[in-house]
Amino acid sequence: MKFAVIVFPGSNCDLDMYHAVKDALGEEADYVFHTETSLEGYDGVLLPGGFSYGDYLRCGAIAQFSPIMEEVKRFAAEGKTVLGICNGFQILVEAGLLPGVLHRNTGLKFMCRTVELKVENNETRFTSDYAAQETITIPIAHGEGNYYCDDATYAMLQTNRQIAFTYTDNPNGSRGDIAGITNKAGNVLGMMPHPERAVELLTGGTDGLKLFTSLVKQGAHHVKTTV
Amino acid sequence: MKKVTVAVALRESILDPQGVAVKGGLSQLGFAGVEEVRIGKRIELLVSDETTDAMIHEMCQKLLVNTVMEDYRFDVEEVTTV
Repeated sequence: MKFAVIVFPGSNCDLDMYHAVKDALGEEADYVFHTETSLEGYDGVLLPGGFSYGDYLRCGAIAQFSPIMEEVKRFAAEGKTVLGICNGFQILVEAGLLPGVLHRNTGLKFMCRTVELKVENNETRFTSDYAAQETITIPIAHGEGNYYCDDATYAMLQTNRQIAFTYTDNPNGSRGDIAGITNKAGNVLGMMPHPERAVELLTGGTDGLKLFTSLVKQGAHHVKTTV
Repeated sequence: MKKVTVAVALRESILDPQGVAVKGGLSQLGFAGVEEVRIGKRIELLVSDETTDAMIHEMCQKLLVNTVMEDYRFDVEEVTTV
């Protein structure tokens, strides 16, 4: 599979994302600058963490107007894989590709630590290598990761099984302990924790790797069924 | 020209953790009777006379405000250019 790692001004997890795909996963990856307008030839798009456009106005609010984002929207509408991590998740909600919003942590602090997540739905293309309700350990690093949506949206997330990951010990005040959600079609995932930082034992664990291996399996399956 | 001042605040239904922290600070300073503190932001725009209220609402809803979590209101003032 070939992944595009989108680089916005202020992205700072793009190298981690590239390294996770290229070295830990052994798949292809390219950096794609925010001024590009084509995602031709890519099987998946990765929106990395960081502080795109300095978090001006609101986190992710300005990045949605980058030239590449029109193409990301088109790519997502075609049912192709889009994964946004941390600031990437914030960009996806601001761009309207995922419901809800991410605002200030209830404790007001930027939190940088390793937390426990529960895999709420392992029947997505992002989570199929995890066991149902599996508990995994993944780092977080954010100041605005407090997920909020209204009652109707929350009910919709539950009904459609769009909640992919929850925190076992809520660090930021997120509604329903939400750590990551998919869109209704299941091809777009946004999450605040950083699976790309948990792909090697040397740096503290490999619980994030299964997210990427799930995608590769799904990708292989997709090729097989379309040939 | 017209000067538009947009006041943006978190919706009432959303806890404002900054406001809660500042309220704690005020009571530590001895100011009794502060029931609630809510913190927002103020955005000032200088726009042409042709800019309608409908256009300002559109600017707010498309970019300046995230209506999932924020409310807004704005005032418009005539500015005489020298």
